[in-house]
Amino acid sequence: MNMSDDDLSTSKDSNKHKVKKINSHLISRFIAGLLPNFTRFCAFVVAILLLFILIVLFIEAWDAIRINGWSFITSSTWDPVKGIYGALPAIFGTLLTSFLALLIAVPASFGAAIFLSEIAPSKVKNIASFIIEMIAAIPSVIIGLWGIRVLVPFMADFIQPWLSKILGFLPFFSGQPTGYGFLTSSVILAIMIIPIITSMSREVLRSVPNSQREAMLALGATKWETISRVVLPYGNSGLVGAIILGLGRALGETMAVAMVIGNSPNITFDLFSGGMTIATKIASEFGESGGQSRETLIELALVLFVIALLVNVIARLLVWRATKVKTEKG
Amino acid sequence: MRKKLVSLLSKKSALLLLSAIMMLVYFSGCGSSGNTLYGTGATFPEPLYKKWFTEYEKQNGVRINYEGTGSGSGISAITAGLVDFGASDGILTDQQLADAFDFGGNILSIPMTAGAVAVIYNISGVTGGELILSGQVLADIYEGVIKKWNDTAITDLNPNINLPNQDILVVRRSDSSGTTNIFTNYLSKVSESWLNNVGTGNSVNWPVGLGGEKNGGVAEMVKSQVNSIGYVELAYAVTNNLNYAKILNKSGNAVLPSAATASAAAKGITLPNDMRVMVTDSSDAEAYSIVGFTWVLVYANQKDEIKGKLLVEMLWWAIHQGQEYCEDLYYARLSNEAVAKAEDLIKSISYDGTPLHTG
Repeated sequence: MNMSDDDLSTSKDSNKHKVKKINSHLISRFIAGLLPNFTRFCAFVVAILLLFILIVLFIEAWDAIRINGWSFITSSTWDPVKGIYGALPAIFGTLLTSFLALLIAVPASFGAAIFLSEIAPSKVKNIASFIIEMIAAIPSVIIGLWGIRVLVPFMADFIQPWLSKILGFLPFFSGQPTGYGFLTSSVILAIMIIPIITSMSREVLRSVPNSQREAMLALGATKWETISRVVLPYGNSGLVGAIILGLGRALGETMAVAMVIGNSPNITFDLFSGGMTIATKIASEFGESGGQSRETLIELALVLFVIALLVNVIARLLVWRATKVKTEKG
Repeated sequence: MRKKLVSLLSKKSALLLLSAIMMLVYFSGCGSSGNTLYGTGATFPEPLYKKWFTEYEKQNGVRINYEGTGSGSGISAITAGLVDFGASDGILTDQQLADAFDFGGNILSIPMTAGAVAVIYNISGVTGGELILSGQVLADIYEGVIKKWNDTAITDLNPNINLPNQDILVVRRSDSSGTTNIFTNYLSKVSESWLNNVGTGNSVNWPVGLGGEKNGGVAEMVKSQVNSIGYVELAYAVTNNLNYAKILNKSGNAVLPSAATASAAAKGITLPNDMRVMVTDSSDAEAYSIVGFTWVLVYANQKDEIKGKLLVEMLWWAIHQGQEYCEDLYYARLSNEAVAKAEDLIKSISYDGTPLHTG
């Protein structure tokens, strides 16, 4: 621009500005018009993807479903040489390790979440949240490697002998302490789901309005009473949601568990014993399998699908009932 | 107008288009083309194949893409015609042969190299190569019949070693694998009870023991658990400094696994023309007993003349010049007899009735 026609240029500029404004206005309107359709499209894609996965699994597994019959979920022999397939040990192992993982992770996560949202000073809050979320970002193979190198020897040398010394009279802790098996897998799973449950339940607790807390404190309640009587019940359904999310991860986790579970077809409550889960079974056998054994592994995937679905439905029913009772009372 | 168009587009056509694309991808698979050969399958020979194919590209300018996805995947990929060649550590079953026949006719199994499976152990005070085991004893250990290291069956074979009065912790592969196939094939040959109760396979119904994930998982378990026994590929045992046992072979010699003793295994076995044979439990005096071939799977009738020619040249190179690279990577060279049989198989590959091999 020339210095001499300063006026001209400003008027030009403002004109340009107007055009720009109109343009951007048009674009934003266009986007606004497009957005509902775009989001609808995304939702469809997700739904179709799920359906597509289900259909393909079903087609591929159909022969196996026909041949294996119902005994597939009741029998515990998995013998590809003789063509006998029973998934019970894998189903058992999946449920047991996930349950144990929740048993360890839920109290720990809720404790951490309460500390982070209610008690910790804000500096600590930020650093601690960051660290917890970092754990969620560690790839499961790496956690598995750490499991083999650090956790397994630690369990074998310290935790398991200690447990069998103190609680050895219980059937859970009476086995041979090798470091591998159900207990170690559950600990690994717990480590992996703690960040998920913690960060989600922290958000839930943070969304509890401050007026609720203040009202309670004004009534002379202690901090703990405030937390247990008001904050936690208020976030009830959200906390269950956090647990479900963690459980979903635990049910499907593969690599880290495969590396430490010992992969034996055992149905036992001896937690030192080796076991297997559906996900580890599929991951470790799929590549080299063929024919019926491959189809059966795909059938096993369907079983995992159904288990995950059932767990979700049950959990949702629980939440729904809990909230219903609450509103009825209120 | 625009809104209508957009909504129409996104609602119906996009939906249709998307499902159509997905179906297409699913049912067609990826075609292969150009001056590149595609192969997939066994992970056991993957290090050797990778070495071969880099060298081959340098020397001949033909690119070969190999992916170690597992023998099962290799077999299904070649059966569905997704690749130019498959690779497997196990012999194709009759059913698999029939499936392949339906797609592209007769399928050939051409041996590329042989590999040994080492029996590794961790017993305090016993160093590598000291322990001697027979096939029967090994089978009994893996069946849970022999439970302690100082069982007379073991001490009789090892009078000079002080074996502990401790339970044997049996470790085996948890994943389905060609290594397990070779190992269980050997046990089935030497022990009737193993043959009847367990049998041979990439994964079997193990009577006892803990499962480790892949060679690394088994090695890690044996390293960390005193009084344990396991089995891994020889290359893995050597490069990780694991203790491995001598195995009494059919002629009664205690033999350590090595590239040379694994090569010898093919000498003590009558090789059939189609080379679908397990060379375990060889009667050769120098042979190590737990050895298996690994095969490349190709159709006898090639559908593309140019690619077929490239494939045949590559295979010919692999069983001759390629063998030079075996020992460095702890694989066993094919014996002369095996090479001769493999040559015959390669010569039988044809396009439209004319053999593709020349010269």
